Amino acid sequence: MTTTLRTGTASAVSAPEAGARRRGGVNLTFLAIELKRLLRNRRTVIFTLVMPPMFFLIFGTAGSYRTTSAGHGNVTAYVMISMALYGAMLATTSGGAMVSVERAQGWSRQLRLTPLRPSVYVAIKVAVAMALGLASVVVVYLVGLAEGAHADLGVWIVTGLVAWLGSIVFAAFGLFMGYLLPAENVMQILGPVLAVLSFAGGLFVPLGDGVFATIGKVTPLYGLAELVRAPLVGDGVTLASVANVVLWAAVFGAGAVWRFRHDTARV
Amino acid sequence: MTTTVPTPIRSTTTDRAIDLRGLTKSFGAVRAVDGLDLQVEAGEVLAFLGPNGAGKTTTIDLVLGFARPDSGTVSVFGLAPRDAIAAGKVSAVLQTGGLLKDLTVAETVLLTASLFSTSRPVDEVLERAGIAAIRDRRVGSCSGGEQQRLRFALALLPDPDLLILDEPTTGMDVEGRREFWSAIRADAARGRTIVFATHYLEEADAYADRVVLVRHGRVVADGSSAQVKNLAAGRVVSARLLGARPEQLAAVPGVDRAEVRGDRVLLQTGDSDAVARYLLTETEAADLEIGGLGLEDAFIALTSDRVGAPPGGTSTAHSTATTTTGSI
Repeated sequence: MTTTLRTGTASAVSAPEAGARRRGGVNLTFLAIELKRLLRNRRTVIFTLVMPPMFFLIFGTAGSYRTTSAGHGNVTAYVMISMALYGAMLATTSGGAMVSVERAQGWSRQLRLTPLRPSVYVAIKVAVAMALGLASVVVVYLVGLAEGAHADLGVWIVTGLVAWLGSIVFAAFGLFMGYLLPAENVMQILGPVLAVLSFAGGLFVPLGDGVFATIGKVTPLYGLAELVRAPLVGDGVTLASVANVVLWAAVFGAGAVWRFRHDTARV
Repeated sequence: MTTTVPTPIRSTTTDRAIDLRGLTKSFGAVRAVDGLDLQVEAGEVLAFLGPNGAGKTTTIDLVLGFARPDSGTVSVFGLAPRDAIAAGKVSAVLQTGGLLKDLTVAETVLLTASLFSTSRPVDEVLERAGIAAIRDRRVGSCSGGEQQRLRFALALLPDPDLLILDEPTTGMDVEGRREFWSAIRADAARGRTIVFATHYLEEADAYADRVVLVRHGRVVADGSSAQVKNLAAGRVVSARLLGARPEQLAAVPGVDRAEVRGDRVLLQTGDSDAVARYLLTETEAADLEIGGLGLEDAFIALTSDRVGAPPGGTSTAHSTATTTTGSI
């Protein structure tokens, strides 16, 4: 029979009860309550489910757009895809930033009294944000379907999936920014930032040529917007846009992990 | 990380609810916890008493694994803090914040319950915390006392063997405090180990079996509530007496503590008549005064700085004779 003896380490000898930790806190109740919270938040619903389709109706449904080709579909579909990405990006950014908002409220301290691991908590927040992002894409596409967007069926599916899955880069952005600007109203700062990035990345209006276009091409939304619209435009994928997405994903991802590690060292 | 050696299990060590040894924790230049030792046995109701900034909250953070000590060891029922929490052995009612305002009371409990592999039923903890009637209210519209009882309900979910309360009644009105403590008292009767930090003396006195006074991150007194009261009970006899040494004075029959301050001696005693008679008949003492000493005075004296207090004026409530503090 042996027993462990405490030595001069920071924490005592442990014999963790595996059962309590096995699930690490992932469960449907948690997910359901988190989703309910999102839908209860009027501002979130307006920004992610109302504004993107509204922008689409304003910018994308001019008569000439419906009859002008944009590759494998019309220009209305082009604007629709951009707005779907815009909505998904808003959803994931605000979802990521919620982590630091809840930290500022002390909720993460309260959660540390449960078996829930901080990494699992972040994963669930991102998953919930992605669910909202998917809803945003679907709403914009439904409005697009009703309002004259035309494209091949494959284009609808692939662009929708890429817009949705690609927006996870902005969940990392929201996490990172939330940790850097820990305030309960962090989205009031990020909202205008995202609007500027959307213009710079060519999401609202085409970039064209010139100095601003050159600058715009290195901003974080440019690459993702190009990739998402590529199946519609049909010109293939440029190396520049892939590099843009990979680079910014690495920056935001590494930043979020770095701040997260720093943050969980002290609650 | 740890050394494993073949020795018989000593249950006294593993059964301890809390075992803190040589704990230190600094924030920048500030030593929040400075060599703190504390052992809490299972079943105790312990008050962790000290002024703001004494290191109470930091110590609790270390016990809960919210922060890592710079040195020393923390063990909760023989486990590392995170493991003790994961196993549902310890829970806490934290000081402030920590609740989502947009959830209802019941949703908050339901969500927290879902994170444990086993937990008490939601209705049961709402009932025991006395908030079943407000279960559908948004947390943001709950009073401070109601939010605190919600935190208490959350802490009850894993049915912990050890419950830690960090200044649980701060900001509550009298009514809220009474209701909160009646819920806690009912719970303590079930045999749970309870450790609560407070700066209210009367709370420590009314609800704790054992009182630990902390100052500057160290334990300065540790004893039963009665012993701590004795520390403060009695009177102070002071007189002008040149050349007196505290050790000699402390040996005088009836003297609990002695201090020399300039040309005056201050003697704490439960029998002021005898000490006064001794001073006036057996010594050159003059200009004698007898004054009362309340619990409040003892608390302030033990937990605050005084010019002339000996360095590291540590004592236990029941140790007496040669200990000199700046407290009397």
